[in-house]
Amino acid sequence: MTMAFETLTDALRPSYWGTLPLDAWIQSAVRDWLVPTLRPFFRALQWPIARVLDGLQGLLLAVPFAVIVALAVAAAWRWGGRGVALFTLVSLVLLDWIGIWRETMVTLAMIVTAVVFCIVVGIPLGIAAARSDRTAALIRPVLDVMQTIPSFVYLVPIVMLFGVGMVPAVIATIIFALPPLVRLTDLGIRQVQGELVEAGHAFGSTRRQILWEIQLPLALRTIMTGVNQTLMLALSMAVIGALIGAGGLGLTVYTGLGRLDIGYAGIGGLGIVLMAIILDRVTQALGNADPAARRRSPSRRRKDAAAEPLSQA
Amino acid sequence: MHGAPAARSAGDGPGARRIEVRGLSKTFGAGSAEALALARAGATKAEILERTGAVLAVNDVSFSVDAGEIFVVMGLSGSGKSTLVRCLNRLQEPTQGAIEIDGEDIVAASQERLRALRLEKITMVFQHFALLPHRTVAENVEYGLKMRGLAKPERRARALKTLAGVGLADWADRYPSDLSGGMQQRVGLARALALDPEILLMDEPFSALDPLIRRDMQAELVELQRHYRTTIIFITHDLNEALTLGSRVAVMKDGRFAQVGRPADIVLDPADDYVAAFTRDIDRGRVLPLRAAIRQPADAAAIAALMAEGAEAVDGGRLLHEVFATVGASRPVVVLDAAGRPEGVVRAADVTAALCAAPQRERA
Repeated sequence: MTMAFETLTDALRPSYWGTLPLDAWIQSAVRDWLVPTLRPFFRALQWPIARVLDGLQGLLLAVPFAVIVALAVAAAWRWGGRGVALFTLVSLVLLDWIGIWRETMVTLAMIVTAVVFCIVVGIPLGIAAARSDRTAALIRPVLDVMQTIPSFVYLVPIVMLFGVGMVPAVIATIIFALPPLVRLTDLGIRQVQGELVEAGHAFGSTRRQILWEIQLPLALRTIMTGVNQTLMLALSMAVIGALIGAGGLGLTVYTGLGRLDIGYAGIGGLGIVLMAIILDRVTQALGNADPAARRRSPSRRRKDAAAEPLSQA
Repeated sequence: MHGAPAARSAGDGPGARRIEVRGLSKTFGAGSAEALALARAGATKAEILERTGAVLAVNDVSFSVDAGEIFVVMGLSGSGKSTLVRCLNRLQEPTQGAIEIDGEDIVAASQERLRALRLEKITMVFQHFALLPHRTVAENVEYGLKMRGLAKPERRARALKTLAGVGLADWADRYPSDLSGGMQQRVGLARALALDPEILLMDEPFSALDPLIRRDMQAELVELQRHYRTTIIFITHDLNEALTLGSRVAVMKDGRFAQVGRPADIVLDPADDYVAAFTRDIDRGRVLPLRAAIRQPADAAAIAALMAEGAEAVDGGRLLHEVFATVGASRPVVVLDAAGRPEGVVRAADVTAALCAAPQRERA
C-alpha cells in the first residue's frame, strides 16, 4: 500500500525517468564553443587591464615607503581631516611593521585598477541608462545577474577564458564591483530636479550641454557614493581573487587558510580591513568635499566683498 | 529699478501681432486622437480621462498677444496654464493646433530652429526659480549667454549689468542658497533678461514668494516691462495678481479659456459664474479705472459749471485707488477721456458704489 504510493509519487518526479544533463551542456558550450571562439577577443580585452595593473604595481612597489605614507596621510588630511590622517599614518606604519607592506601595495594596485576600469565603463553606462528608459531596461537585468551570481560561479569561465593570475582576478573584481556605480550614476542623474533640466532646455541647451552643465555636476555626490561602493566591493574580492592566482593580501589570507595558520591569515585580514577603512573614509569625504567647499567659499568671498564693496560694472 | 538697462531695440512698435495661437490642444497619455474627438463632441475633462485614460490639459485654446503686452493666464492648479505656456516654446509638444510667433510656425520648427528661438527670442522664468545650485549668481545669469557661445569676459560683463538692473550687483559671486526667495527670483528674471528677449514666459514666477515681496516684484516687473517693452506671457493662480499686471487676462478652467479680456472687463462683466466667483474677492480699486465709476452720461453744461467752480479734471484711465484721495474730498471731479475731453463727473458716492457694486453688465 505505502510502497505503491511511494512508487506513484516518485514517478511524478522527473528525476525518476532520468537526469537532464544541463551541467554537461554548459560544460560543452563553454569549453567547446565559447572558449575557443571568443578566446582571442577576451585575450585582447585583457591587454589594457594588464598594462594599467603592471604600471601601477611597478610604481607602488618602486616608490619608497616614506613617500607613499606621506602622500597618503596628506590626502587623508586634505579630504578626511585630522582624525582620518592620524588613522592612516598609524595603519600604514603597522602594515609595514607586521611585514605585509608589499602585499598591501599589490592588493592596492589590483583594487585601483579594477575601480579605474569600473569608472571608465560604469559611468558612461549609468549616463546611458539615465538618458533612455529603453537602455535602462536593457542594462538593469544584466546588473541584477551580475550582482546575484555568486562570484565563485564565474571564476571557472574566467579562468578558462583568461587563464590564471592577477589580470583574471581584476576582471572578476570588475564584474563584481561594477553594478552599484552604474545604478548610482543612473539614479544621481535621474534625481536632478526636473525644473532645472527644463530650464536648460528653455535656455537653448543641447542634451549634451544639459548633461555636462546641469545633470553631471548635480549628480556628482551620488556618483561618488557609487565609486565608494565599487571600491568597497572590489576590496571584498581580494581573497576570492587569490583563488585564481591573484597575489597580495588575499593570497596571504588564502595561504594562511590552507595551512590552518590562523596568525598568517589574521594579518592578511587585518591588512584588508585597515585598507578598506582608509579608502572608505577618504572617498566618502571626497564625495562630501564638494558642497563643503561651496559652503566655505561664499564666506571667503564675503570678506573680499567687504574689502571692496563696489564691484558693479 | 536700479541701474539703467538699455531700452530694447525691437524694430516693430507696440501693437504689432507677436503671438498667434489657434485651436491649441495638448493631451497626456495614450489615446490622444480619441480624447480630442471626445473633446470636440463636448465631453468634459473628467469624462475624457475616464473613457480614454488621456489627460486633456489644454483644450482648443485660441488667442493672440500683441508686442509689448502683458498677457496673463489665470487659473487654478490643474487648469492647464503651465502646459499652455510650455507649448509656446515647445518644452511641451502641442498635440494639435497652430502657434505662430512673428509669423513663424513654431509647431513645425526643427529642434535646431527651436534652440535658436530659445536663445534669441523666447526665454522663461520658473516658479521655483530653477537656479543651478553649484553656480554663482553671476554664472546663473550668464547661462543663456554661455549657450549663445559668448566669451567669458563678455558674458560676465553683461550678467553684472543685468544683475545691477534687478538690484543684485553686490551678490554676483554668492551662491543661490545664500539668497532669499525674492532675490533668487530676481536672479531668475535677470537670467532671462540678460538675453534681451522679445518674449518672456513667466510660469507663476511670484507664487512661491511672501505676499509683501510678491507685491514689490509685481511693481518691479511692471517697471521693467515699461523699460524693455518685452512681450510677457504671465501665468498665475492669483486673480488679483492677474488683474494688477495684465494688459489682458485670460481665465482658464479645465484646459479652456473661460474669458479673455481687459482687467476691467473681467471684473465688470464676468462671462460666467466661475469667473464671477473669482471676481468677488478681488480688490476692485486696483483694477477699475476712474471711468468705471461714472454713473450718468456727461452733461456738457454741468461739466462747464463744475470746471468754472474749479473742480479737478482727472484722466479717466487712472485706477480708482490712485484717485481715491482726490475724489474723496467732497467735491466732484471731472473725468477726462483719452483725448483729454470731459466724459463725465464722479462724486465720492460714485466711487464707493463702484468699489462695492455687484457686476454691472451694461457697463461692459
